[in-house]
Amino acid sequence: MTATIEISLSVNGERVEANVLPRLNLADFLREHLKLTGTHVGCEHGVCGACTVRVNGDIVRSCLMLAVQAHDATIETIEGLSDSGEITDLQAAFRERNALQCGFCTPGMLMTAQDLLKQSPSPDREQIRDHLSGNYCRCTGYQAIVDAVETTARARTGQSP
Amino acid sequence: MTSTQASPDTLSALDRPNSYIGKSVPRPNLDRLLQGRGLYVSDIELPRIAHVVFVRSPHAHAKIKGIDASAAKRMPGVIGVVSGEELATVITPWVGVLSHLKGLKSAPQSAIAIDRVCWQGEAVAAVVASSRAQAEDAAELVSVEYEELDAVTDMRSALDPAISVIHASLGDNLAFERNHEAGAVDQAFAESDEVVEAEFVFGRHTGVTLEPRAVVADWNAAEARLTIYQGTQAPHMVQNIAALHLGLKESQVRVVCKDVGGSFGIKVHIYADEMATYALSKLLRRPVKFVADRVESFNTDIHARDHRCKGKIGVKRDGIITAFEIDDLTGIGPYSMYPRTSAIEANQVVNLVGGPYVTKNYRARARVVFQNKNVMCQYRAVGHPIACSVTEGLVDLAAMKIGVDPVEIRRRNLIADDAYPCASPSGLRFEQLSHHAALTKLVAMMEYDALRAEQASLRAKNIHRGIGIASFIEVTNPSAAFYGVGGAKISSQDGVAVRLDAQGSVICQTSITEQGQGSESLTAQIVGSVLGVSMDRVRVILGDTDNTPYGGGTWASRGAGIGGEAALQATKVLRKNILDVAAAILQSIPGELDIVNNAVVNVADGAPRVELSELARIVYFRPDTLPPGIQPELMATRHFVPREYPFAFTNGVQASWLEVDTDTGFVKLLKHWVVEDCGTIINPQLVDEQIRGGVVQGLGAALFEKCVYDERGQLTNANMADYLVPMAGEMPDIDVGHVISPTMESELGAKGAGEAGTAGAAAAVTNAVNDALRPFGTIVTEIPLTPQVILTALGRI
Repeated sequence: MTATIEISLSVNGERVEANVLPRLNLADFLREHLKLTGTHVGCEHGVCGACTVRVNGDIVRSCLMLAVQAHDATIETIEGLSDSGEITDLQAAFRERNALQCGFCTPGMLMTAQDLLKQSPSPDREQIRDHLSGNYCRCTGYQAIVDAVETTARARTGQSP
Repeated sequence: MTSTQASPDTLSALDRPNSYIGKSVPRPNLDRLLQGRGLYVSDIELPRIAHVVFVRSPHAHAKIKGIDASAAKRMPGVIGVVSGEELATVITPWVGVLSHLKGLKSAPQSAIAIDRVCWQGEAVAAVVASSRAQAEDAAELVSVEYEELDAVTDMRSALDPAISVIHASLGDNLAFERNHEAGAVDQAFAESDEVVEAEFVFGRHTGVTLEPRAVVADWNAAEARLTIYQGTQAPHMVQNIAALHLGLKESQVRVVCKDVGGSFGIKVHIYADEMATYALSKLLRRPVKFVADRVESFNTDIHARDHRCKGKIGVKRDGIITAFEIDDLTGIGPYSMYPRTSAIEANQVVNLVGGPYVTKNYRARARVVFQNKNVMCQYRAVGHPIACSVTEGLVDLAAMKIGVDPVEIRRRNLIADDAYPCASPSGLRFEQLSHHAALTKLVAMMEYDALRAEQASLRAKNIHRGIGIASFIEVTNPSAAFYGVGGAKISSQDGVAVRLDAQGSVICQTSITEQGQGSESLTAQIVGSVLGVSMDRVRVILGDTDNTPYGGGTWASRGAGIGGEAALQATKVLRKNILDVAAAILQSIPGELDIVNNAVVNVADGAPRVELSELARIVYFRPDTLPPGIQPELMATRHFVPREYPFAFTNGVQASWLEVDTDTGFVKLLKHWVVEDCGTIINPQLVDEQIRGGVVQGLGAALFEKCVYDERGQLTNANMADYLVPMAGEMPDIDVGHVISPTMESELGAKGAGEAGTAGAAAAVTNAVNDALRPFGTIVTEIPLTPQVILTALGRI
């Protein structure tokens, strides 16, 4: 049996030390070791976007990254972004617009949408659709999500909704 | 978004000062999901939980000659490796037939295959270990010896005498056949000015719920009780089936359904691997968890829509349609699914073809055959996309043939809005539909004439855009006619219990379930409106057979119409009970009192008399102060099932505006419109989002989605990189409008809306593509409309 490897990282502002098998992916590490189950596993091969988390400020598919690669990294998950208040307005816009149904894609969708709004504060609908095009949602048909992101962008930049 | 308020005179109990009915209030309790703090089955952990991984057949059809699990059993963390034969000691096999589908046959299916596998992906052994990774490691070491058998894969040849029979005991590969004849079909065709024929081909596709199927089964040997945590749409159905096959009483099985990561009919069935997980928990006397991975999802989640349907339409030169005829063929895999069966989709096709139109001349044959592919069964809008695509495709072909505009031919043939009640040629009874009002509204919303002008001017620039129209009907609010009459223990009624608690808050338990459609919201909206309390005081409990009334759940667009009416009726009783107590406390009479904004008030002047919290305090803690003989009942339960009509049909019409690149074969969707009539609208935003989500599932079927099998029955694209689903970038904005014809079967008047979008989207797109391709004199009748299909039709490849 392969030996475990010691890793040390920051997850949602907390220091985490762990011994993990080299094959363990970051999504499973977050879910099974840290019980941060807001990071969802949908396809396990980097297509659906449900497992999107932030690693050192960039969004990453945590099913395609090994936990050992996160050594010394700063990880933020949906739980962290929720508690810090960073996306409170975006979450409210999703709630008001019913931009989620089953909610399984939602953490990844919020991560990706916030990433867009940080890079591009006033995206048009096509840019929003383009940036979200790697996040699969089977319930909404996407329009409500695009609306919610657009509303948040306008509010953040002081434009009328 | 265009939404119209329901007419108040039909909604006495709901037309109240603080009514939430017809308002787009946000769904309660979304923060859990928005913060990643929901509880999906894949999140659930229990003490001593074990994980099961299934060894699955790589062959479409093979004998199992032997299983050697000795190496696997020696692997770290392995608790057990269980074969089909071993598991059969705790769970019995099943046969997916229902008596009202006359002649439907199927073979016994086991939780884990015994002796023979019948599709690629069927489980042959279960490996249970302390972790999923350990179970997966060990599963690789389970050695199974197979002897490959001939695989029946092409539905067109499945009935040939030369082709092997999958289940010898059944005699042939025909699972079900239905023939229907109404009116004078031959005469109608003979008297037609034109008769048009086409064959419509539908790709086999699947639901791709983002959360794969998952089960935690927890057999408590000391309690002799099994708790099943499962993302199911029908908890009481799962309870019944699990108990039946494990030799338990229903009271020994509890089914708990927390958050569900997408269902769409995929999670309304009971799968062999789920049955195996229940049985493994009982066998191993510990909780066992099964979470399908994505490859397993593609290979074992039910597929749908693999149909080839020949269609024929007759039309007079004046545009009057004289007759429809279809011959539908579908392949359902090696077994009819359990317990809902796999004959329903073909049966629905027969029921629904021609449904929006006046002509009574209709002949149909549907045949359902077995094949060595994954099982097919009911997926969102069961049968509707096929029936709608065939009907609307034929109508457009007829219009093209006689040179009539697609909107105009529909105006001349759709059943008149004042012709109801009436029946379809297949015998379906319509209470009240609104095809013409819907079409008129659609034409206005899409600015049809302007769009036609734009199309013509772009045509001159060699840009090929098309407009496609598709009218549809949708089966909602099913009564016992769907399953109960055929012997299935799937309830068609739903129950709601509602009670006032000690601080004046309201607890409501309902047997409908939530998978994101908004069951919780619509229930709270109805309870709050009828009772006169604010929604934030209403807590809705669903998805737990121990803690909700008995009922059907959420499927077939039934939650709002059936569960909503039960909520309305239960709350009316509670309201009366509260007012009776209030009258006693206030020395008034109930008729002079009302409940508004969480307080009992005078009807006459609206003056507040007593807060509900104060009333509850008196009832629960100082009943000694109530007048003698008063026994307050601050809890009420009511059930509801439609009795007058077997189904509450809804109707609508969709339109697609798209561009075909005739060099590459790519289709760009530009805009989509839907007008539908689901009766009373409880929450316009939720209805519109059901429509939009449903449309996009239909658009996926129209353009992308197909389970590609090779001739040996191997699924060649069982992953999300190769099986294409609609993503944000390719989807258009969708405008939704409504016509409102409440059903008179219930006080609420709500019909279903969950499947309308999926029913007509592909038909609208296909008609639009054919409209765009008109100058090229070619027709496509196959979906998905891949570039290959379109370039082939254009003769470019």
